[in-house]
Amino acid sequence: MSQPQSNGSPLVRIDGVEKYFQRGAEKIHVLAELNLTVAPGEFLALMGPSGSGKSTLLNLIGGLDRPTKGTVTVAGERIDQLSDRQLADWRARHIGFVFQLYNLIPVLNAERNVELPLLLTHLTGAQRAKHVAAALALVGLSHRAKHFPRTMSGGEQQRVGIARGIVTDPTLLLCDEPTGDLDRKAGDEILDLLGALNREQGKTIVMVTHDPHASARASRTVHLFKGQITSEAVK
Amino acid sequence: MKFAHLIWGNLARKKLRTTLTLLSILVAFVLYGILCAVKQALIGGVALAGADRLIVRHKVSIIQLLPESYQARMEKIPGVAAAVHQTWFGGIYQDPKNFFMQSPVVPEEFMRMFPEFLLPPEQMKAWLATRTGAVVGRNTADRFQFKIGDKIPIQSPIWGQKTWEFDLVGIYDGAKKGTDTTAMFFRYDFFNESRAERGKGLVGWYAIRVKDPAQAAEVAQRVDAEFENSPAETRTEPEGAFVQGFANQMGNIALIVASILAAVFFTILLVTGSTMSQAVRERLGELGVLKAIGFTNGQLLGFVLAESCLLALLGGGLGLGLAWLFAARGDPTGGMLPLFHLSTGDLVTGVAIALGLGLLTGIFPALTAMRLHVADALRRM
Ligand SMILES: Nc1ncnc2c1ncn2[C@@H]1O[C@H](COP(=O)(O)OP(=O)(O)OP(=O)(O)O)[C@@H](O)[C@H]1O
Ligand SMILES: [Mg+2]
Repeated sequence: MSQPQSNGSPLVRIDGVEKYFQRGAEKIHVLAELNLTVAPGEFLALMGPSGSGKSTLLNLIGGLDRPTKGTVTVAGERIDQLSDRQLADWRARHIGFVFQLYNLIPVLNAERNVELPLLLTHLTGAQRAKHVAAALALVGLSHRAKHFPRTMSGGEQQRVGIARGIVTDPTLLLCDEPTGDLDRKAGDEILDLLGALNREQGKTIVMVTHDPHASARASRTVHLFKGQITSEAVK
Repeated sequence: MKFAHLIWGNLARKKLRTTLTLLSILVAFVLYGILCAVKQALIGGVALAGADRLIVRHKVSIIQLLPESYQARMEKIPGVAAAVHQTWFGGIYQDPKNFFMQSPVVPEEFMRMFPEFLLPPEQMKAWLATRTGAVVGRNTADRFQFKIGDKIPIQSPIWGQKTWEFDLVGIYDGAKKGTDTTAMFFRYDFFNESRAERGKGLVGWYAIRVKDPAQAAEVAQRVDAEFENSPAETRTEPEGAFVQGFANQMGNIALIVASILAAVFFTILLVTGSTMSQAVRERLGELGVLKAIGFTNGQLLGFVLAESCLLALLGGGLGLGLAWLFAARGDPTGGMLPLFHLSTGDLVTGVAIALGLGLLTGIFPALTAMRLHVADALRRM
């Protein structure tokens, strides 16, 4: 499959990846012979019907899981060969996640939620506070820093989720249906935000979505069907 | 500790559940503290008993009396340094529930035998100069607000129903924290003269000091052999065993205390264990998020353990604190348990039990959190 190569080597390279889950005696094939590259600075949308393997693929790119076969290379590193412990450290350094259900920690306020990834760095409390404030300002929620998730709307919670995803300035931002639980207006705000992060900060983003409206914002869209890439469109 | 609010926030998540669990841990540790103080009161005397002292009593029972003349014979037995006698006076001060022990003694030799009773020299002099003089321990003096110079009337049902009147000439203190300072001592010569004819020349029991504590067992045998086949045969035991004998009359206290506490802590283990496993089960998704962010398995294990240990130490600490405050007010029975106090050793053990409780109730949920597969956990959200 041909990929648009921007400048030189890709940021993510998926080579001959196969993934199946063992459920009792049954093998569930989810991804088969999959190849994909993501160039630095790209905003890639992954589309496909439910169960087609989108989240599974995203998890492989983000080092949450390992392929059954094939290689996953991110920023020059073969992450399919890392141990659990090494993967955890690697995720902390390279990946920001944004989830469909925001997945904020309910007992922590907005700024404490955003601070979480920074707790894994060597930054001092004052330095962490500076980064948190900057991330919250970027998503336009400085005034809600002390508020708890349950007091915020879905769109606001998702913006906190994005702030948490980018606060460490990760190599890759991975979003699994970030607008899936929001109405059109709030969803658009999130997409605007992701678009701005991609354009203005050069963030590389891989976003899973069901929504053609959302994928229209991406620079490239890849369609998955039964674990295989069936088509792709470059904008 | 930068993770503190994460751990604290999780504890505070279900306030009612955390409070109830804390309260049950607290109650268990209050109970622990008080039972330890009671146990200390009942058997603590054993540890304080002089290693070089033997107690000689009538072979049949402690109530049977021994001749006063035994003292001189005991002091001639090889290995015996000194012998003094005491007698159960069994008197009542105003009301039977104002119980404290009284005994007639020969002042100078008695105080030499029991150096743990500290009496100022001028009070000792006054005692020797006053036939009706008596001394009481600090505990009892405080309890009834006795002052030197007071006349203390004591009824004695044993030694004639009449009221005996003593002049308080001294108040002694204990050399150690646990020393029993509840007893009142008065002069044997005054007692012997004043009591009914049939009892004259008889005493309750003897305390012997041996020259070498290592020889105590042999000396005890020699003493009992000396009085064998006499009308009043003796039974000689180390002082510790004598005190233990008193305690044993109330059953094996240590065992009873241990079994009650075992039952209580087993219950608490279940309560806290279920709280902790619920706490982890209801946030598997969040644990998955933390893992996705890059928190390691070891860190999540640590968080859950920290949470359970904090819960147990908080409840345990408050409980032990309350028990300590209670024990610090002294004997709650007003005289029955003079040695009632919560020892440092029992406090330290209590803290260790709380820590053990925290680790034990946290470890299984913590392992669940640690083994959680991150992709599976995220599916649960
Ligand atoms: N841990 C697992 N054990 C067993 N089967 C799994 C596991 N994870 C995923 N699957 C299966 O793999 C298939 C693809 O799952 P995946 O979550 O990647 O789909 P998806 O494209 O993200 O779907 P959706 O749009 O519904 O989120 C599904 O049939 C799912 O049941
Ligand atoms: Mg999915």
